[in-house]
Amino acid sequence: MAVTYGTARLWEGVRIQARVIGALLLREVITRYGRHGIGVFWILLEPMLFTLGITAIWYAVKLHAVSNLPIVEFAVTGYASLLLWRSATNRCVKALEPNLGLMYHRYVRFHDILITRCLLEFTGATASFAVIVVVFYFLDVVRLPADPLYMVFGWLLLCWTGLALSFIVGAAATFSDTVERFWHVVNYLALPTTGALFLVDWLPHHFQDLVLWIPMVHGVEMVRHGYWGDAVVTHEDPLFMMAGNLFLMMIGLTMVKMAERRIELE
Amino acid sequence: MIQLKEVTKRYQTRHGMHEVLKGVNVTIGLGEKIGILGRNGAGKSTLIRLFAGVERPTSGQVERSMSISWPLAFGGQFQGSLTGLDNLRFICRVYGVPYDDKIEFIQEFAELGKFLREPVKTYSSGMRARLAFAISLAVDFDCFLIDEIITVGDARFHNKCQTELFDKRGDRTFIIVSHEVHKIREHCERALVLKDGRLWDFTDREDAIRFYQELQ
Repeated sequence: MAVTYGTARLWEGVRIQARVIGALLLREVITRYGRHGIGVFWILLEPMLFTLGITAIWYAVKLHAVSNLPIVEFAVTGYASLLLWRSATNRCVKALEPNLGLMYHRYVRFHDILITRCLLEFTGATASFAVIVVVFYFLDVVRLPADPLYMVFGWLLLCWTGLALSFIVGAAATFSDTVERFWHVVNYLALPTTGALFLVDWLPHHFQDLVLWIPMVHGVEMVRHGYWGDAVVTHEDPLFMMAGNLFLMMIGLTMVKMAERRIELE
Repeated sequence: MIQLKEVTKRYQTRHGMHEVLKGVNVTIGLGEKIGILGRNGAGKSTLIRLFAGVERPTSGQVERSMSISWPLAFGGQFQGSLTGLDNLRFICRVYGVPYDDKIEFIQEFAELGKFLREPVKTYSSGMRARLAFAISLAVDFDCFLIDEIITVGDARFHNKCQTELFDKRGDRTFIIVSHEVHKIREHCERALVLKDGRLWDFTDREDAIRFYQELQ
C-alpha cells in the first residue's frame, strides 16, 4: 500500500506533492475544458487568440509607424509575457471555494491547488507563444529569437512572479470577497505599467527609475532582449527581479499558510 | 495509532471566537472500534476532521502512525461535474494507488450501474454515499473515519457495508461518530462521549451510553 503516514520525510513530501499536483492537473483539465470538441486544446487556443487579436489591432492602427521595431514581434513578446502573470492570478483569485471539497483529502493542500492552476496557465501561454512564433516564422512575418536561452530565462522569471502573485491574491481572496473584485480592477489598471506596452528605453529617465521597481518590467525586457539580441537597448536587472520574486514569494507563502490554517470545511 | 494531546479548536464567528474543543486527549490503537457519541453541534464533525488531518487544531498535537481515510460523510468530497469514475481515478491518484482493477468492484458495491459514467451532480445522496464508501474501500486504509454515513443506505446497502467493512476488514480501526446509540452499540466495542468540548472516556461501553442518554 502506497499510502504513507507519520512524519513524512522531505523526499516523501515531494513525491506526494508531485502525485497530488498530477492528479489535480488532470482533474482541472477535465472540469474546465470537458471531453467534448477540441477540449484540451483550448489551453493553447485561448491565450493564442488573445495574443493574435491584440497583435492584429496594433498592426491595424499602424503602431509600426511609430517605432522602427517590428510590431508583430513587439506585440507577441509583450502580450504573451503579460498573460503569464495576468491569467495565472485571475485564475487563482477564487481558487479555494470551488475546490473546497478536495480539502477533505489530507494530501491535497491549498498551495497545490494554486500551483496546479498556475501550471496550466503557464503551459497555455508558453505553448501559444511558441506556436505563434513558429507559424509566423514560416509565414515570414517574424524572425526567430536571437538569444533563446536568455529569453527563456526571462520567461521563467516571469512565471515565478506569476506564481508568487497568485499565492498572494489567492490567499488574500480567502480572507475577504472584496479582494476578488478589487484584483480584477488592479490587474487591468496595472496593465500599462508592467512593460508589455513599452520598452523602458523609450521612457524619460525619471519614469525609467520608477517602472524598474516593478519586477515584471525586468522580465519583459529580458524576453525582448533575448528575442532581438543587442539590436535594442534594454534595462533589465535579473538579480533585482529574482530578489523581488523571492520577496513576493515569501509574502505569498506566509499568506497561504495563514489561509490554510483558517480553512473551514462544510 | 492516532493520538490527540490537549487539542483545542476555535472558530471565528460573528460573535467572537467559538471554542468547539477545549482540550481533548485520546489514544486510538490499530484495530479498535470506537464510537463517539455527541448531540448535534457537540463538535463531532470537527473532531473527525482533526483525526483526518484536514483541519489543524488551534493548539495541541495530533499524531498519526497509520493511514487514515478522509471523513466518510455525505459525499461533499466529490466534484459534481466529474463522473463517479473520474472521482475514483482522482482519489486513487491522490493516494497513490492503482484504479484499473477497482472499477468493477466500485460499480458493483456502489450499485451505480451506468451512472458510474455520469456526472456526480446527477446522483442521489444515497448514491453519493455509496460511491464514497466504495472508493474508500478501494484505497484501503488502516483506519476508517465514518461520520453518520451508515444511516444513509437502505437495508441491503447496510448489509453490504457490514460484510465489506466490518467483517472483511475487521482488523482495521473504525471511528464512528453518531448521535444514535444503536449504531454505536452495533459496531463499536468502546464508546466515548463528546460533551462541552471534552471527550469523556469510559472503560465500559454501556456506561458511556448511559452517560450520553442522561444528557438528553
